[in-house]
Amino acid sequence: MDWLTRFPQMDDARLRDLKKAIDDGFRAFTRAYGDTIEGLFEPLRIFLIQAERFMTQTPWIVVFLLITGICWLASRSWRITAGSAVTLLLIGYFGMWDDTMKTIAMIFVCTVISIALGIPLGVAMARWGRVRAAVNPVLDVMQTMPSFVYLIPVVMLLGIGRVPGLLAVVIYAMPPIIRLTDLGIRLVDRDMLEAADAFGSSSWQKLRKVQLPLALPTIMAGINQTIMMALAMVVIASMIGVQGLGQPVLRAISNQYFTLGMFNGFAIVGIAIIFDRVSQAFGRRLQKHSEVVHG
Amino acid sequence: MADPIGIEIRGLYKIFGADPAAVLPLAREGMSKTELNERFRAVLGLRDINLTMAPGRIQVIMGLSGSGKSTLIRHINRLIEPTAGEVLVGGEDVVKMSPEALRQFRRRQTAMVFQKFALLPNRTVMENAVYGLEVQGVPPAERVERALAWVERVGLKGYETRYPNQLSGGMQQRVGLARALTNDAPILLMDEAFSALDPLIRVDMQSVLLDLQKDIRKTVVFITHDLDEALRLGDNIAILRDGEIIQAGTSQDIVLRPADAYIENFVREVNRGRVIRADAAMEPVPAADLPADAIAGDASLEEAGRLMARRAVDRLVVTDPSGRPAGVLRMARVLAAMTDRGESQEA
Ligand SMILES: Nc1ncnc2c1ncn2[C@@H]1O[C@H](COP(=O)(O)OP(=O)(O)O)[C@@H](O)[C@H]1O
Ligand SMILES: [Mg+2]
Repeated sequence: MDWLTRFPQMDDARLRDLKKAIDDGFRAFTRAYGDTIEGLFEPLRIFLIQAERFMTQTPWIVVFLLITGICWLASRSWRITAGSAVTLLLIGYFGMWDDTMKTIAMIFVCTVISIALGIPLGVAMARWGRVRAAVNPVLDVMQTMPSFVYLIPVVMLLGIGRVPGLLAVVIYAMPPIIRLTDLGIRLVDRDMLEAADAFGSSSWQKLRKVQLPLALPTIMAGINQTIMMALAMVVIASMIGVQGLGQPVLRAISNQYFTLGMFNGFAIVGIAIIFDRVSQAFGRRLQKHSEVVHG
Repeated sequence: MADPIGIEIRGLYKIFGADPAAVLPLAREGMSKTELNERFRAVLGLRDINLTMAPGRIQVIMGLSGSGKSTLIRHINRLIEPTAGEVLVGGEDVVKMSPEALRQFRRRQTAMVFQKFALLPNRTVMENAVYGLEVQGVPPAERVERALAWVERVGLKGYETRYPNQLSGGMQQRVGLARALTNDAPILLMDEAFSALDPLIRVDMQSVLLDLQKDIRKTVVFITHDLDEALRLGDNIAILRDGEIIQAGTSQDIVLRPADAYIENFVREVNRGRVIRADAAMEPVPAADLPADAIAGDASLEEAGRLMARRAVDRLVVTDPSGRPAGVLRMARVLAAMTDRGESQEA
């Protein structure tokens, strides 16, 4: 009656062999293809380094004006623009300018990748039920799997550095944009699609002229979520070599530098708020046409 | 502008459900809609529709909600696939077209106006109006130039840069109309296009359409559940019930000779004086003694009565389109036709 009191688990030797077999297999795979895969991600590394270089090596005043200008163009709100400017100036004044610029560069690259991959994938999910059935469980895993766990294979394959960190961030941050693109497109009114069909639109024209524009507010919400989640990954990503505001936080943890941790933490919060307010204001501006409703 | 083309529907069946082909023979044999639904979970959308729509005229299809009107009109541009039958437009069967041919057909030959407008909310009036041309690949400058005339024609001048949300329902449907007209297609499909509008605005839009039709001479298929609208607009009217056409004819046929009690019920409430034409109530030209006053054959009895009262006469000559006498209309006939309740056709 042993199995009643003790869970009838796989015997230890076999379990050990199983783990070892998987590990060995993966290690062999890494040895065989690691370099090739790293080569595949080379363009990504160059993109990220160029973005970082631009943000840190351009005179700060130019970058500052650029960011403030973008805030204004996107939000058309003096309050949001002024708030962003003050936040940036404070960050700089407290000596975190370079780290902040590196983080912004990383978020930017991560967002671009997420949009470039996530929107087509979301569109495919909305169009083909089979794609949705296949992708949804993967997204569930991506969103619930503790990020430390998938750092392991990423690091084994690509080592420590910018690219594996960036990948970890993208894996964590991309699901919302995929899901909300899918949702946004499926929520488009049937009548609109019928009208598009009646005028002889091809499926590509229907997508570009009707579905994507009408799903845009939902997609924008997805982009906003993606940015916020990427920011939440800054510290974890810095553990495997991503530069930016995460690294001082790590140092602060291991050395118990309370103030250093707080300052950098607030800098992350600061840019999160800037990104959030600006992208939301931008989304609202895109929806301007639906505000003035006829009585 | 392209010459008007006619539409001919032959033996059209539409059955909604899991296996329409299996149920089709039963529907052909005349099993009732209710029985088909209860025994086979199949919804009979249309049964054996045969209808010829004349080129350049307004064909109204009328029926109560759920009678299959939307289903029928959507077969003309094949937004719905038929279970059986043919839809011949200008001699070509729409049902047999390849996807690409169908797309070209929808771009060039038909344009549609929808009950709920179906305008793109993120586009201005002008951007909505050019949608069809955009899909056809017409260059931007030419699109706007071609749309502008129609936008102005339907009374939207000065509203080009507004968004649909900033317009009233009537104005929004003018945009829907402009979008359809800009396509320059010979066939105009209108599915309860004015049903969502307030009564006064609806009458307004009917006038806009009738006025336009004098110039554009399109083959218009107009769906409505409102008999007054049907009689006002339709050169020909087909009445649909439970997916079957129970009468097709001119407004005179429908009002003067309703096919059954169901239609009679509808017809009872109409203002007959405005619908019935003088030539529908006239008698043959007598050999001698022609009245001095004349009225056109397409004038309504109301107009004829008014003329009689003004001239203090009780007989009028009814003239045909070329102006020759076609018959004589007596006051007694006018009164009889106007007050008749369908029980008897004789005066
Ligand atoms: N996609 C569908 N699936 C099942 N039944 C349908 C579908 N579309 C329409 N019907 C049925 O077909 C009948 C006719 O509908 P419809 O053409 O919309 O009527 P109308 O436009 O005259 O109100 C109704 O009984 C409706 O329930
Ligand atoms: Mg309908």
